[in-house]
Amino acid sequence: MGFNAPAYHIFPLGDTALTIDYGNSIDENINKEVIARTQQLKDNLKGVIEIVPAYSSLTVYYDLAALKRKTPKDKLVYEHLKQTVEQWLEQPLLQQETAERQIKIPVCYDPVFATDILAVAKANNITVEEVMAIHLSRTYRVFMLGFLPGFSYMGEIDERIAMPRKPQPEMVAPGSVAIAGKQTGIYPLASPGGWRIIGRTPVKLFDAEDKEPTLLRAGDRVQFISITRNDFYELENDPLRQENG
Amino acid sequence: MNLRIIKAGLLDTIQDVGRYGSQHLGINPSGAMDKLSAQVANILVGNDSNEAVIELHFPASSFFFEQPTLIAVSGADFSASINGEEVPSLHPILVSKYSILQFHGIKNGARAYLAVHGGLNLSKWLDSYSTHIKAVAGGHKGRALQKDDEIGFRIARDLCQLIDKKEYIVLPWQADTPWNYDHTEEIYVLPGNEWDTLTDTSKEKFTQQSFIISTQSDRMGYQLKSEPLLRNTTEEIVSSGVNFGTIQLLPGAQLIILMADHQTTGGYPKVAHVITAHHSKLAQMKPGDAIHFQFTDLTIAEDLFIKQQRHLQQLQDACTFRLQQFMNA
Repeated sequence: MGFNAPAYHIFPLGDTALTIDYGNSIDENINKEVIARTQQLKDNLKGVIEIVPAYSSLTVYYDLAALKRKTPKDKLVYEHLKQTVEQWLEQPLLQQETAERQIKIPVCYDPVFATDILAVAKANNITVEEVMAIHLSRTYRVFMLGFLPGFSYMGEIDERIAMPRKPQPEMVAPGSVAIAGKQTGIYPLASPGGWRIIGRTPVKLFDAEDKEPTLLRAGDRVQFISITRNDFYELENDPLRQENG
Repeated sequence: MNLRIIKAGLLDTIQDVGRYGSQHLGINPSGAMDKLSAQVANILVGNDSNEAVIELHFPASSFFFEQPTLIAVSGADFSASINGEEVPSLHPILVSKYSILQFHGIKNGARAYLAVHGGLNLSKWLDSYSTHIKAVAGGHKGRALQKDDEIGFRIARDLCQLIDKKEYIVLPWQADTPWNYDHTEEIYVLPGNEWDTLTDTSKEKFTQQSFIISTQSDRMGYQLKSEPLLRNTTEEIVSSGVNFGTIQLLPGAQLIILMADHQTTGGYPKVAHVITAHHSKLAQMKPGDAIHFQFTDLTIAEDLFIKQQRHLQQLQDACTFRLQQFMNA
């Protein structure tokens, strides 16, 4: 509301994709514009393979061979698509915002799982309990998915618990809730990772068998709920645990 | 069952041209490293060019055919043999029941592709046959092929008559793949969005040095060894979309080229992008090989890609015609 369309610039990402960049920032209003524009372009652009939204940019992957047939001779496919994209971006969005999905995710902050919570507490001169309370004190926007299937980049966390990523990535267990800089996220799969682990959720973030394989989508709002270790093990063994999400 | 793995290879997986439409969920496209070669293998056996093929790394798996079929091997030349007799790449080959296909050594290239007439009897995951090892999904059980794996043929066509009593027949036409003859170090690139943040010295190094593909290279990416490259800024960049062929500058001042199993998004500076027409050539390079980057522009990049696609189309028309003639003879 009262928010003007932000400025952007378009650049080629190789010869089969272009990125629409709204500046190098983590900003909710810009991310809302990114997600709305992703939908608008998905609905309207032809010859496009897929569109991937990120924090403050969206990338359009296109079918170069198919678009070549629709591009005037002696004109670059890239230039032609870029102009079409610019025409759509000049149009006001029919729907500025889609309703935010609210998703609750139970997290156990026990140091058994939260292998870096003590380091985060020490680095910020607070207690482990305070790290937990501060992390729980707000809800987070899912700005984007990336890195791993279903990995959510959420933000922004309170500066009082912020800590940069580790210098070297280490193996991380699935379900690990982590922070890096002002971001928080959840590792859906076992993977090397550089974020600081402050908890673990028993909820499945990724299920290849599911029609919608990821629990979270860009634009969701996540609320973490603190659970005990006993709750964690109970939920982990509950076949319906996804319903808790 | 129709095809059995009797010896496991280093890393042999089911691939097609890739899984698109799920990158917004963090699910990367996977797919063949050398898509052109994967398509050529399919074309040679009369398949749709996006059928599932087996991508082979050396040492490659050995295969046992439980019924006669038509196969083709493309991409890298790993000295294939049928029942111990050497057979050529890039030809359709009729093989009889109980034949064994083996690979004996690397003549050239890094990845070979095996296609079987009619395709493999697998199910797609998110619209693609490609194996996603991290997600344990797609391909055959979401993993690399192992000894005793069995995969069915989708179309069981009776080829007994064609093959008669021979063990195998190499059909007398070969796919012409000009991009495979180019063994120079030259890889064409387009500037990336953060190219201008490199220091002048580093820009010079980028085009003048040779970059060696390190042993820490895999389907995700090629890590390159060179003198360190530096930026003239310390500004971090927030994650955004990346592409096959994107060349990123890592915190250790070394480059990585993103390949088929690359992540969907990345936050490292994008120095340059390898043009699509050079992806196949790049995919056939291996650790220890040197790369020399040469800048080009979008006009040339698009033009080379279109020419390659046209060549592939002509190849498909010619092969389809020859195969039909042969089958109906």
